[in-house]
Amino acid sequence: MAGTVLKTEAVPVRSDADVVMVRQRVRAWVNEMQFSLVDQTKIVTAASELARNTLEHGKGGKLDISMLQNGYRKGIQLVFSDDGPGIPDVRLALTDGYTTGSGMGLGLSGSKRLMNEFYIQTEVNRGTTVSCIRWK
Amino acid sequence: MDRIPILRMGPFLLVTIQVDMHDKLALTLQDDLTSRISDVGARGVLIDISSLEIVDSFIGRTLANIASMSRVLDAETVVVGMQPAVAITLVELGMSLPGIRTALNVELGMEYLRQNTIVEGSGDGWDGSED
Repeated sequence: MAGTVLKTEAVPVRSDADVVMVRQRVRAWVNEMQFSLVDQTKIVTAASELARNTLEHGKGGKLDISMLQNGYRKGIQLVFSDDGPGIPDVRLALTDGYTTGSGMGLGLSGSKRLMNEFYIQTEVNRGTTVSCIRWK
Repeated sequence: MDRIPILRMGPFLLVTIQVDMHDKLALTLQDDLTSRISDVGARGVLIDISSLEIVDSFIGRTLANIASMSRVLDAETVVVGMQPAVAITLVELGMSLPGIRTALNVELGMEYLRQNTIVEGSGDGWDGSED
């Protein structure tokens, strides 16, 4: 459930160095929003996993970071989008250990566990958008 | 920075990761370490990750690979100094780093290496059962 968007920032995800930049920008946001250290670590780790997915499977894309306000609660929303090949079977892609790449198959399933809300919109040959929120 | 320095201390190699590693840098470290182990005949590798603010699945896998490769080359690996928040996140992510020996800090890590890499007849050494 999204709330009012207070501010946003777009970060490109086109290279290895961009994945590092994603981690640093997300860290700056969650630090500013005063998430606990453990929550900060979870959010940055999820961002790193999803950014790598966008790069490797989506052939590059971007991240939109937003600060949300829902009633008295604040949250951070991360939206990773790409115009890549899409995910033919989302349920399979969300299975621990399932991988089409060289990784461990924890990117999607693991980052889902690290966030409070998690949505995937995907269309084969059109692209994928992964949107997730962690509330404070 | 495109390389992480590897220090040699007697039969051991020491690595302190102090930068936010991009994936290629992690792979370079993996390659460099395995070559150094074989070049100098190292018996142990200590990797200090106390400066790392996150360990994601890629870095976790790289650490696991380093541990496996060094074991094949007859060297023990110990990863030290993981921050508590990183440990919590790793387990929730689904990685419990099986097969990686860890220690709380450099001192305990060195002690582990000394006790478990002494040649022949050192008594209750590493039995290699944690495969």
